[in-house]
Amino acid sequence: MSALATQVLQGDRRALARLLTIVENAREGSDDALAALFPHTGHAHIVGITGPPGAGKSTLVNALTQALRTDQKTVAILAVDPTSPFSGGAILGDRIRMRDLAGDTGVFIRSMATRGSLGGLARASRDAVRLLDAAGYDHVLVETVGAGQNEVEIARMAQTVLVVEAPGMGDDVQAIKAGILEIADILVVNKADHPGLDNTVRGLKMMLELGHPASRTQVMSHHGRAMSVAAPVSASDDQPLWMPIIVQTVATEGRGIEALLDAIRAHRAHLHLDGHLQRLEHRQLEIELQERLRDALLARLLEHVSAQDMSVLIERIQQRRLTPNQAVETMLAGLRFGQFED
Amino acid sequence: MSSDRPIRVLIGKPGLDGHDRGAKVIARALRDAGMEVVYTGLRQTPEMIAEAALQEDVDIVGLSILSGAHMALVPRIREVMDSSGLKDVPLIIGGIIPDADKQVLETIGVSGIFGPGANTEEITGFIRSLVAARDQDRPA
Repeated sequence: MSALATQVLQGDRRALARLLTIVENAREGSDDALAALFPHTGHAHIVGITGPPGAGKSTLVNALTQALRTDQKTVAILAVDPTSPFSGGAILGDRIRMRDLAGDTGVFIRSMATRGSLGGLARASRDAVRLLDAAGYDHVLVETVGAGQNEVEIARMAQTVLVVEAPGMGDDVQAIKAGILEIADILVVNKADHPGLDNTVRGLKMMLELGHPASRTQVMSHHGRAMSVAAPVSASDDQPLWMPIIVQTVATEGRGIEALLDAIRAHRAHLHLDGHLQRLEHRQLEIELQERLRDALLARLLEHVSAQDMSVLIERIQQRRLTPNQAVETMLAGLRFGQFED
Repeated sequence: MSSDRPIRVLIGKPGLDGHDRGAKVIARALRDAGMEVVYTGLRQTPEMIAEAALQEDVDIVGLSILSGAHMALVPRIREVMDSSGLKDVPLIIGGIIPDADKQVLETIGVSGIFGPGANTEEITGFIRSLVAARDQDRPA
């Protein structure tokens, strides 16, 4: 086993930090270390925290971690911030809001830049979470970049997803749009001391009631008349029935954090019922394998397409003699009958 | 190995002065130079800076100090970093540092000191060469 992997299992924080870098950069030794540590994963509760910029994700992580620590649980935090599309650089500033956690050896915080990934996380986030899990932390909190409506990658990795909103960030049409709200196991309305709280909570409640599989048909009152609305999804073994909980917090003052912790515990208990957790992991692994396979195949195929072939095809597309799709077919045909077979 | 990944820098503000415009300007300049900058915010203790540098596995630590307390803070930070196993992580300082103090700080292991006149290209170039030199000493 690689020396760093052994040191990680012994609780060496410097080794953990070094290994996170090696994995993030996919440097030599990364695969071996991950393979050595993989049997030690699967114990941590992985909690995702997502939501729009400024909703208070980092502050909430800070408060939540303090609460978990009074419970004697150890916590690792992976905080993701965006990479500049122009320079490739990044400002990783989530630690600023987590200063209360400094000096506690039961907490490990790591910042990570997205490096071009678009789903709200970095490409290496999943493996980084596995390292933190193997290092023995009871909880791994993964904070995504400030997410808009489409950054739902976290649902493919976390066991419990918190979507953090703040009052006054949109009308109730925002709440019925597809996307980030649909992945929430727990909806946190942070900054609950700000105006507009009631409207935000009402909008979220309506969204939940409409969308929840518990009620196949929902009767709503509309202009004084009963109107029935069919629920879009029905409960099944594969989609365990979980009614998302709405929790109101003021993270800066620690208000509502105990209730949030209760909601997280309730969701975890739910996951441990009837093998829900195994089924969730199975679905997540299926997606992960497809992604990894796609990346590996693409990389292997591109080895056989020269830059010159590529630029000839691009030229033909620019001349409107080929559609992009036809160009792809041409490349695949060339690979099938040509270079790829050797 | 420095060419195949972004350089990671920690920018910290130790001590009690609340003026972090300089630190933010530098952080932004390093970002624009393609580096990943962990910014820890104001009023950090030496222990907090060393701990963040360890967890983030940064290539270099930059301190912004305008309070005049550099002779108390910097040796302590170097000491805590060394005892945390971060002997090989270089330390650079930005701020107003009198010449007499500069010499003392360099002898205790500060790699670079940049005053108010320093331009950002000079600083990013300096960081790149420091990290490249360290990578040669430390394979893998």
